Amino acid sequence: MAEQEVDAIIRVRDITVQFGKTRVLDGLNLDVKRGEILGFVGPSGAGKSVLTRTIIGLVPKVAGRIEVFGVDLDAANSAQRQAVERRWGILFQQGALFSSLTVRQNIQFPVREYLRVSQRLLDEITVAKLAMVGLKPEVADRYPSELSGGMIKRVALARALALDPELVFLDEPTSGLDPIGAGEFDELVRTLQRTLGLTVFMVTHDLDSLYTACDRIAVLGNGKIIAAGSIADMKASQHPWLQQYFNGKRARAVVA
Amino acid sequence: MCAAGNWTARFAPALERIVSDAEKLRGSRPHIFIDVSQVASLDTFGAWLIERLRRSLSDASAEAKIAGLSANYSSLVDEVSRVGAAPRAATEALSISGMFEQIGRTVVGIGGTIIGLIDMLGAVLAAAAKVLIRPRSFRLTSTVHHLEQVCWRAVPIVVLITFLIGCIISQQGIFHFRRFGADIFVVDMLGVLVLREIGVLLVAIMVAGRSGSAYTAELGSMKMREEIDALRTMGFDPIEVLILPRMLALVLALPILAFLGAMAALYGGGLVAWLYGGVDPEAFLLRLRDAISIDHFIVGLVKAPVMAAVIGIVACVEGLAVQGSAESLGQHTTASVVKGIFFVIVMDGVFAIFFASIGM
Repeated sequence: MAEQEVDAIIRVRDITVQFGKTRVLDGLNLDVKRGEILGFVGPSGAGKSVLTRTIIGLVPKVAGRIEVFGVDLDAANSAQRQAVERRWGILFQQGALFSSLTVRQNIQFPVREYLRVSQRLLDEITVAKLAMVGLKPEVADRYPSELSGGMIKRVALARALALDPELVFLDEPTSGLDPIGAGEFDELVRTLQRTLGLTVFMVTHDLDSLYTACDRIAVLGNGKIIAAGSIADMKASQHPWLQQYFNGKRARAVVA
Repeated sequence: MCAAGNWTARFAPALERIVSDAEKLRGSRPHIFIDVSQVASLDTFGAWLIERLRRSLSDASAEAKIAGLSANYSSLVDEVSRVGAAPRAATEALSISGMFEQIGRTVVGIGGTIIGLIDMLGAVLAAAAKVLIRPRSFRLTSTVHHLEQVCWRAVPIVVLITFLIGCIISQQGIFHFRRFGADIFVVDMLGVLVLREIGVLLVAIMVAGRSGSAYTAELGSMKMREEIDALRTMGFDPIEVLILPRMLALVLALPILAFLGAMAALYGGGLVAWLYGGVDPEAFLLRLRDAISIDHFIVGLVKAPVMAAVIGIVACVEGLAVQGSAESLGQHTTASVVKGIFFVIVMDGVFAIFFASIGM
């Protein structure tokens, strides 16, 4: 544990989040290590997205501490916070692309805000990012409403990667994609992680993603992390939900 | 040539200048090696700038190579080297013919708007006829809900504003009529103006701003999230389910609001006439009875449902015209209010001509 703490990019301690009287997260602890792809699973409605949004700072917490890149986000002033936000990228579940901007403008938006570079470099970087997520440059002038679901996810990932972040949050990146598209997406995340040295925090329901893309898996249940470790650890676990999840009918189909 | 230091997004503006300077060496020697062994960190921005330098230094006679690449960055540079040239963003040139084209499109657009409104009117009437044949398909709950939104909840603001307008008309009238010693004629002016014109017009404009915009925004966001398509695929007619209850609520609401507004304006006017002009309430009422006939009242109220229908149809047409983006929703909501108010005033003019010619 002590050695893990040294290199933890995200360190979550005793987080409690409450909506009205329902306690969604209850004293949760989690570490995400530098350079790993952490798969985050749990039953629907367990609070996976809530934890992601709490770390990003979109959901207020009742108690606990969150450190990202060693910066305590509660104690940070706005300049420190902005510095942290510049170093992470977020892929929202529905993409959350700006609907009134083209794909090109969507990707260039964060770059334009933070860096003073020429339009030429912006355009070139846009094409490079699109190529990295497997899209053709022709897509650049389309509006989000003219894209398919899979393309929206890819463009959203390109936007999340626009500033070359060190940490990426992916909220169900493969949901709504066909198995081939989802497989490509997993491969893409793997490749990007290797080439850019990313740390990836991935909320997912996709067993294939867990097998092919993730280095480590954390499981959420009853507002706490009930298990964390490799796929083998998960399958060996005696926890009934894990048993069902990793050794159920669908899981066996994935392995076979 | 040797690159060193941090080649990352943070330093991109400075790196871009360095690379543009280095690009001037093009064609000076046949072989150029870009030594990147001193580079401390590299990301997509840096990798692309190095790749860009390599490409601009290479041509038919010269060849540039990247040397000294460390193993962790080679895959990134490989990735970037597969990127094609950036296509230019299409920019529209300003031209005379373009301007004429724009004017032409706008004129055609106006024609399209009118056809769209007539189309919607027809669709709503057809849906209403269908409901008359099968009264069980009528959405009572929805209608009552919208009636609460556009009528009941609008009462306070409508009454307040018309009350104030009544006060102002009365005060201005007394102020100017007093010079001729004709204070009492303010009652005539107030009565005719409020009952015939201002009452209903003012309320219609308020309703267009308040409820017309709400209808457009509701229908528009439903359109954006494909909710209207979902309704259609379940075998429901969106006109019947969404638009008819809204239209009916509006057509019922506007006469009620116009009546309440007229009463509030008369009350406000009477109050000012009494306190400011010294016309006591009894004299005010007597004079009012002489000055106005039931015709004025009817003229005012007959206009209300027609104006409501115009506002409702404009709002629904605009709502259904919303495209995928948030910007489009804003544009159509604005258009809904602007067109709604415009058509209300046009209708008022048409009614004025009509009532003048039948002598009411």
